[in-house]
Amino acid sequence: MNEHETLGARLAQQGISRRAFLKFCAAMTTMMALPPGAATAIAETLLKAKRPSVIWLSFQECTGCTESLTRSHSPTLESLIFDMISLDYHHTLQAASGFGAEKSREDAMKDFFGNYLLLVDGSIPLNEGGVYSTIAGRTNLDLLQEAAKGAAAIVAVGSCASFGGLPMANPNPTGAVAVSDIVKDKPIINISGCPPIPAVITGVLAHYLTFGELPALDELGRPQAFYGETIHDRCYRRPFYDQGKFAKTFDDEGARNGWCLYELGCKGPTTHNACATTKWNGGAGFPIEAGHGCLGCSEPNFWDAGSFYTPLAAPTANIAAVAGAAALIGAGAAVALSAADRAKKKKKQQAHEKLSVKDLGN
Amino acid sequence: MNPQELLHWLRGTGLQLAAAVFVLGMTYRMLHLALLGRKKNLAAARGAEWGPGLRTVWRRSFVMPELSARGKFTVIAGYTFHLGFFVTLFFLSQHIDMLRAVFGFGWTALPRSAIDIAAILSLAALIALLVHRYIDPVKRMLSGFEDYLSWLLTFLPLLTGFMLLRGIGFDYTMLLILHLLSVELLMVAAPFTKLAHMFSTFSARWYNGAVAGFKGVKA
Amino acid sequence: MNLPNNNLNSIPIRIEDVAEYSIGNLRALLAEIAAHLEKLARDGATASIDLHSLPFASGEYEQLRLLLGQGEVAASIEAIGPSEINETRYPGVWWVTHYNVEGDIVADSIEITLIPEILKSQPEDISTGLELLRAQLNGEVQS
Ligand code: SF4
Ligand code: SF4
Repeated sequence: MNEHETLGARLAQQGISRRAFLKFCAAMTTMMALPPGAATAIAETLLKAKRPSVIWLSFQECTGCTESLTRSHSPTLESLIFDMISLDYHHTLQAASGFGAEKSREDAMKDFFGNYLLLVDGSIPLNEGGVYSTIAGRTNLDLLQEAAKGAAAIVAVGSCASFGGLPMANPNPTGAVAVSDIVKDKPIINISGCPPIPAVITGVLAHYLTFGELPALDELGRPQAFYGETIHDRCYRRPFYDQGKFAKTFDDEGARNGWCLYELGCKGPTTHNACATTKWNGGAGFPIEAGHGCLGCSEPNFWDAGSFYTPLAAPTANIAAVAGAAALIGAGAAVALSAADRAKKKKKQQAHEKLSVKDLGN
Repeated sequence: MNPQELLHWLRGTGLQLAAAVFVLGMTYRMLHLALLGRKKNLAAARGAEWGPGLRTVWRRSFVMPELSARGKFTVIAGYTFHLGFFVTLFFLSQHIDMLRAVFGFGWTALPRSAIDIAAILSLAALIALLVHRYIDPVKRMLSGFEDYLSWLLTFLPLLTGFMLLRGIGFDYTMLLILHLLSVELLMVAAPFTKLAHMFSTFSARWYNGAVAGFKGVKA
Repeated sequence: MNLPNNNLNSIPIRIEDVAEYSIGNLRALLAEIAAHLEKLARDGATASIDLHSLPFASGEYEQLRLLLGQGEVAASIEAIGPSEINETRYPGVWWVTHYNVEGDIVADSIEITLIPEILKSQPEDISTGLELLRAQLNGEVQS
């Protein structure tokens, strides 16, 4: 069996000092929301770890997730995160193409059977036998099932691979489903988000390398360290929410004062993600800091859950029309039954019988 | 079904169903009540109907008669609950968002501290009323299953709503699900239980006043 | 198109008077630091607070810098991007900030300790250095 060297050996080759590596581990610790003291321990393990082989399959997706990852801001991602793994197949990033590319995937699957990490972005279309998305003439379903067999674990990157995502939006013409709908017998971790935060992708990889297993997951299969809290739990506008101070439009006094965006449709309260603390673009900020509410992009069904600008408190369907129709039917029924009652009453009166409440249609 | 899908259903189809049952049931009951028909009173009217009718609605709602200690407790706690319920229902900003989305217009919300006080008073009054209902022998004898059910159906929306605002117990999604669920239950049950008094109270009071007014009696 | 001042730092940022807008996160943080410092003084227990995970209102971060101030030690490390290690006005309370080569903050913490771990020389680096020094003594390396 082919083996990759340890990370420590590789770093030594490149002349990266232990202190520099410690610093990198400090960054990882923050990223993974581990206790700050853990950096030293992480460094120890990582240095001894063998670099795992990684196969990345891209299905029905927009490449936003890869874009997100390659913009990850950790200390020279290219030299360290990619030093920590051996990315053996990624059809967007690799130089090889055609048969050569497919061969490297097959080789990695053979050489590291049972040990490689399978990363997937994009959903898998099932309609018409899966013809809506194919690579090298094979359907996504076929490729996934084959690659899943020898994977130690599967990382579903992005909301499409995790939950179906935009391709699954009503009426779901391609019959898109998530990775977890197909693979049932492997550990799967969902790194949802549209796209997911790059630091979360690298953080999960670092966790896998450090501890040799996937981190603790929530009930939707997402790493708790990043999805354990809602945007709302960590939102710096939260005090305004608690005081009931809301921006009513995107340009009113409240908006200028930085008040809560709840009434403008913010889905932060029901959205689990790390945006409010990890932030985007190298820590520059996150959407709410830019004055726009959260869209809920890391939650299942966010693509079909009503308008981005409807407050969470408001209904997502037309209630007035239904209530109006119900009122008409109710009124009609009341009038009709009352008429019947009256007729009954009259008849009984004429027949000199007693009428009790029980006789009336109540 | 994951929590997000359940929440989406409760905000859409679920709410539509609940609103349909509520409105249909209530219009039917109210209109049926009005159309039951009163026998034409052949006596000469000694006074007007409308004026005294409305006056009675007003008087019975806001003027406190002389009462026994038991009566006083029931009335005071009862009013506290109803007032608190009314204030939280119509003056919490989130509820106004909801009403605005349904009816197309809204109004100014009360500050959160006022809502908090109203909700706590209302909850406390409901609990006190339940305890009193249980320990007072007369009330206890008069109470049946439906009374306790109505109590629970009213209590749950208030409780879950308060927990939601304060983030107590569960995460926001779960609390919002529980709150919507309890509200929709209340809406579905209201037309078929004593809770229908939320509308019929006023017509009944009006009727009492109107009858007395017709006879020239000051009710 | 390449603008002459095309980077974030060239945009002038005016920091609002925080006292007016502060919504109370800082008090809690200072109290936590004080509690840790007390433990350090009493039984030498170290602690650190990850600033990355704290929700700051705009201006609060800068306000924290003003409140903690600059103490006697200011050190910098150059290892895959710069790092700044400053003792604050309160001895034993250190502010440790790591940057990547692009200048973004990658880790930011307050450490309550006698000396931050990262400042100490690392055993592995010492032995690598020792080899180098020996080699130099033996004249294997020209300096
Ligand atoms: S802006 Fe959104 S996430 Fe922030 S406090 Fe308001 S509702 Fe919550
Ligand atoms: S703030 Fe909300 S919508 Fe925006 S990226 Fe984060 S989770 Fe997605």
